[in-house]
Amino acid sequence: MNTATWDRDRIEKVVLNVLRWVTIAVLTVISLFPFYYMILLSIRLIQDVQLSPGSIVVTPGEIAFGAYQEVLKSVENGGQGFVRLIGVSAAVAVATVVVTLAVSIPGAYAVTRLRFYGRRQVDSLFLAIYLFPAIVLAIPLYVVLSRLGLRGSLVALVLVYVAQTVPVTLYMLRGYFETIPVSLEEAAQLDGNGRLGVIWRVSLPLSRPALAATALYVFMIAWNEYLFALLFLVERRDRWTVSLGLSQLAGTIEIPTTVLMAGSVLLTAPIVALFFAGERLLVEGLTGGAEKG
Amino acid sequence: MSRATLEPPEVDDTSERPAPRSPLQRGEAKTGWGLLTPTLLIVLVVVVAPILWTIILAFQRVRVIDLRRRGLFGQWTLQNLERVFGSPGFWDTLWTTVVYTVGGVALSIGLGLAAALAVRRPFRGRTFVRASFLLPYIAPVVGATFVWQTMLNPEYGVLNAWGTRFLGWDRPVDFLNEVSGSLLGIPVPTALLTVILFEGWRYFPFAFLFLLARMQALPGDLEESALVDGATPTQRFRHIILPQLLPTIAVLTVLRFVLTFTKFDDVYLLTGGGSGTEVVSVRVYDFLTSRGDIGAASAEALVLAVALAIFVGVYLRLVGGGRSS
Repeated sequence: MNTATWDRDRIEKVVLNVLRWVTIAVLTVISLFPFYYMILLSIRLIQDVQLSPGSIVVTPGEIAFGAYQEVLKSVENGGQGFVRLIGVSAAVAVATVVVTLAVSIPGAYAVTRLRFYGRRQVDSLFLAIYLFPAIVLAIPLYVVLSRLGLRGSLVALVLVYVAQTVPVTLYMLRGYFETIPVSLEEAAQLDGNGRLGVIWRVSLPLSRPALAATALYVFMIAWNEYLFALLFLVERRDRWTVSLGLSQLAGTIEIPTTVLMAGSVLLTAPIVALFFAGERLLVEGLTGGAEKG
Repeated sequence: MSRATLEPPEVDDTSERPAPRSPLQRGEAKTGWGLLTPTLLIVLVVVVAPILWTIILAFQRVRVIDLRRRGLFGQWTLQNLERVFGSPGFWDTLWTTVVYTVGGVALSIGLGLAAALAVRRPFRGRTFVRASFLLPYIAPVVGATFVWQTMLNPEYGVLNAWGTRFLGWDRPVDFLNEVSGSLLGIPVPTALLTVILFEGWRYFPFAFLFLLARMQALPGDLEESALVDGATPTQRFRHIILPQLLPTIAVLTVLRFVLTFTKFDDVYLLTGGGSGTEVVSVRVYDFLTSRGDIGAASAEALVLAVALAIFVGVYLRLVGGGRSS
C-alpha cells in the first residue's frame, strides 16, 4: 500500500467513519436495552431472575405471563387493578387533548393571523410558562385545591395539564398555520365566513398532520405526568393514574420485580406504540421552528 | 374583515403603539383577544395566580393544619426565608442541584451532538436508529426510572451481575444508595453520578432532535467550498459546522438548564432524594407533604426560582456579550 496517500484527511475519514458506527451502535444499544430488559423481566419468573440475573435471553419454555395476570387483575381479586388505572389515565389524557386543542386552536390562529397590541407579550408569557418550574406551581395549587376540597378532582388535574401543554401546543400549531396560504382564508372570508368559520373550514382541514402531531404530544405529556398526579390523587386510590399506581406499588410491601416490570410495560407500551405511529409528524412539528433557523 | 386583516404576520407594526387606529384594526384586536381568551383564562387561573400566591405564602406562617381556617393574608413574616437559609442542608442541597444540573445538561447535549453528527448522513436503517434514540425521552418517567432501578439493583440487577462476572468487580455496587465510592481509585459520589447519567440518558434525545434538525437545514455550499479548499473532516466540523450550531446549542443549554434545575420526578423516583442526591425540588416536596410546612416550602420554591433566574441571567449576559462582540 502506498503510504503517501495516508495524509491527515484520509486518516481522519477512516477514524471518523469507525467512530460514527461505534457511536450509532453504542447509542442504539443504550437507548433500546432498558426497554428490552423491561419486557424481558416482565415475562420471566422471579425465581429465574434471582437465580441468573445476568441472563438476557429467555427460552420459550421459561416465558410466563403470571406477572401480567397479577397486575391486571382487579384489587378485589387480589391483583393490582391496572385495568382501571389504564382507564383513568386514558380518560385524563384524552380529556386533556380535547380541551387543549379546543382552547389553543383559536389562540394559535389569533397569534398567527391577527395583528393586535399585546401579541408579543403573549408570546413571552407562554415561553415563561413553559419554562416555569412545575414544583413551584405545585405548592399554591396544592393549597388552593385543598382549601376548596377539590384535591382529588380529575377535572382539576386535567386543567393543570392543559395549562402545562398549551404553550408548546400554541407554538406547534402556529408554525403550521403560518404555512397555510393567506389567499385561501381570504377566499373563505369572501364567501361570508367569520373568523371561526375560516378556522373551521380552512385552517383545520389543511392542518390535519399538525393537529395529529399536537394531539400526540399532549397525550404523551398527560399520560406520562407524575408530580401533579402524586400531589392531587395520592389519597384517592380509585382515581390513580398508571404512573401513580405503579410508583405506589413499588413503595409498598414485597412486590416482585417481575410484576413491577409488567406494570412498567403496560405504562410504556401505549406511548411507544403511539410514538412510532406518528413519529415523523411529531418530530417535524416540534422542530419546525429550529429548521427555519 | 378586509385585506388589511390578512397581511402576513411579519409585517408587524403593533409594537409601536399607540398609533391612530382604524375601526378595522380595533375590530381585529377585539377578535384577537376574543380568540385568545379561553387560553389566557386557563393560564391565568392555573399558572399566574398560583405563582403570585406562592410569593405571598413565602412571607406568611402557614401550615397544612391551619389551611381550612386561614384567610388569604395572615401575618407577614420573614421567618420562612430565615429558616430556609439557616436550616441544615440548604446550601448542600443547592450545591447538589447545581452539580446535578450542570452534569446532566452537559452530558445530554454532548451525547445529543454526537448522536446528531453520527446519523447526519443517510444510511440504511437510519429511520429506525433515529426513532430508537428518541425512546428514552418519550417513555414515561416512572417506567424509565423503575427499569434503571432494576438494572442497577445489587442483588438481581443485570449490571452488577455482569460487573462481578466479566469486569472483575469484587462486590456489587449499590449505585442508587451509595453516597460515595471510588472509580479507578478516585472517590466519586456514586448515587449523584448515577442520577446525572440517567439525566444524560433521558434527555440526550431532546438535544439530538433539535441539533439534527438544525444540521439538516444548514446550507451545503459552505461545507462544499471548504471541502474544495482541502479542509479535513475535523477542520470542517470545527470551523464550519460547529459555529453554525452554536446558537442552537446556546438555546438548548438555557432550556435544559432551566428544566433540569427544577426537575422533580427523576431524582424523586430514582433515589427519593437520599444518598447525597437531594435537589431543591425534592426538598420543597418534602417540606410540603411530610412536614406540611407550606410557608417554608413556598420560601424554598421562591429561592429556587430566584437562583434559577440569576443563573440564566448571568448565562445570557455571557452568551449575549460574546455574540455582540
